[in-house]
Amino acid sequence: MTSFIEVQNVEMVFSTKKGRFHALREIDLKVERGEFVTLIGHSGCGKSTLLNLVAGLTRPTGGVLLCDNREIAAPGPERAVVFQNHSLLPWLTCFENVHLAVERVFAATEKKEQLRERAQAALELVNMGHAAAKRPHEISGGMKQRVGIARALAMEPKVLLLDEPFGALDALTRAHLQDELLKIVARTKSTVVMVTHDVDEAVLLSDRIVMMTNGPAATIGEILRVDLERPRDRVGLVEDSRYTHFRKEVLDFLYTRHGHVERVAA
Amino acid sequence: MVSAVFHSSLDTRSAEARAPRVAPALAVSAANESLAPAADAAPARPGYDWRALALKVVPPLVGMALLIVIWAALTRNSTNFPTPGATFAEAVKVFSDPFYRNGPNDQGIGWNILFSLYRVAIGFGLAAAVGIPLGFLIGRFEVINHMTSPLISLLRPVSPLAWLPIGLLVFKAANPAAIWTIFICSIWPMIINTAVGVQRVPVDYLNVARVLNLSEWKVITRILFPAVLPYMLTGVRLSVGTAWLVIVAAEMLTGGVGIGFWVWDEWNNLNVKHILIAILVIGVVGLVLEWTLIAIAKRFSYDDH
Repeated sequence: MTSFIEVQNVEMVFSTKKGRFHALREIDLKVERGEFVTLIGHSGCGKSTLLNLVAGLTRPTGGVLLCDNREIAAPGPERAVVFQNHSLLPWLTCFENVHLAVERVFAATEKKEQLRERAQAALELVNMGHAAAKRPHEISGGMKQRVGIARALAMEPKVLLLDEPFGALDALTRAHLQDELLKIVARTKSTVVMVTHDVDEAVLLSDRIVMMTNGPAATIGEILRVDLERPRDRVGLVEDSRYTHFRKEVLDFLYTRHGHVERVAA
Repeated sequence: MVSAVFHSSLDTRSAEARAPRVAPALAVSAANESLAPAADAAPARPGYDWRALALKVVPPLVGMALLIVIWAALTRNSTNFPTPGATFAEAVKVFSDPFYRNGPNDQGIGWNILFSLYRVAIGFGLAAAVGIPLGFLIGRFEVINHMTSPLISLLRPVSPLAWLPIGLLVFKAANPAAIWTIFICSIWPMIINTAVGVQRVPVDYLNVARVLNLSEWKVITRILFPAVLPYMLTGVRLSVGTAWLVIVAAEMLTGGVGIGFWVWDEWNNLNVKHILIAILVIGVVGLVLEWTLIAIAKRFSYDDH
């Protein structure tokens, strides 16, 4: 199968006020169509940087990124991003936030009525149809994140990019949204790249887990294939020996082998 | 820098105003708990919180009364400084006929206020028309920012009245010179606040715009403008305050009809009661302007942070 997203020998150096900062080096990654890939690593390892590169929000200082055999030169609606802190526009209602995205992608080809239906349908998909007329400050953090996901899904993107989407939520809400995300992805067959630092989240959701070494000059340390059949059930998996094994693999990488920066450089 | 003023004062005000509206029962019950330990004796449906109202209304009245008492005590034996009673009697007379006209130098207080407001409106309106777009440009383009910031830093602290002779020189007339002074003094807060607002539009919102690939028009109308609006309105509020401060001084020098000229005229007539009335009127008008703009700002503020 041909890969859908291709990251070839990407390097990222930021020029900051304190001088140059070498964030990423020698990143090579292929993501297949319909695959769910998570990027995991300690904070500051550049996993969000890599996601931003795929999104096109930043351009790499070296190497090439391809999506569907085209170079990623700028952000675009075919690569929808769900941001860490939801980033809903506070002066628009939930519906208007989603509609803004729908409008841009489909206004040229569809009637106004259809655009409204799309926006409403996206909200229904994440069970937020009831809050269409509410403004972001009137709903909880988990609900905001759902609307953020709805906004991304409403564009019918080829790739869904999630930047620690559940990081700011409490454990129960997070578990609930992870399950919802699994269902949605199964239904829409989206290609997903997700940044996380939660080992359980990574194992539960991913087809492959990309484990990154510590920064500066971070790179991909190891890629773990999670061969667990879908649909996955979080309660059943807890006692599954394969699940425990995958979990241990990731933990081992993160804490035993890459707990210290010095060992990465060696 | 300037924006800090806004976020502290306005946000607390609006939060105060919002709390009872969103959850009246909650707010009242919380107040009951903290104020009255015998909460179980309270009726099931909490009544109107008279105590909170009293706390809001009584202290300002006491403060006002205190000022009048001190004023009365100090002027009890004074021959040239009017007592509160005499001033009040005079005020009733002045306000009973605010719109009379006995020649160009003797008109009712209503006319004086209206002429001053008219000058402020023109000068301030021009300043807004120039300052707000300029602020957007400065906030959006680094080059323009670097180009203008030394000029702004240099000119902003200049006293309003230093600009008056330039106005007189250029326009050769008192009225446009006064308007010019208002313009130049009230433009700075609008430029600076708008620029700061544009610079502080959260990167996340701009990233959203980029991911959604919004058109430049949509970026301006849906993201930049709403995000900057609260900052801009703070600039407008500060500007109107400055304009109202400056107009009195400018009119003292230029003459004509206006509240500032009236103060100076009454000083020449040694009518101190009228000067005191004028001070009160200037204060009240300034307060009304401020309140109006706070109300507008509250209407356009979004609460997410």
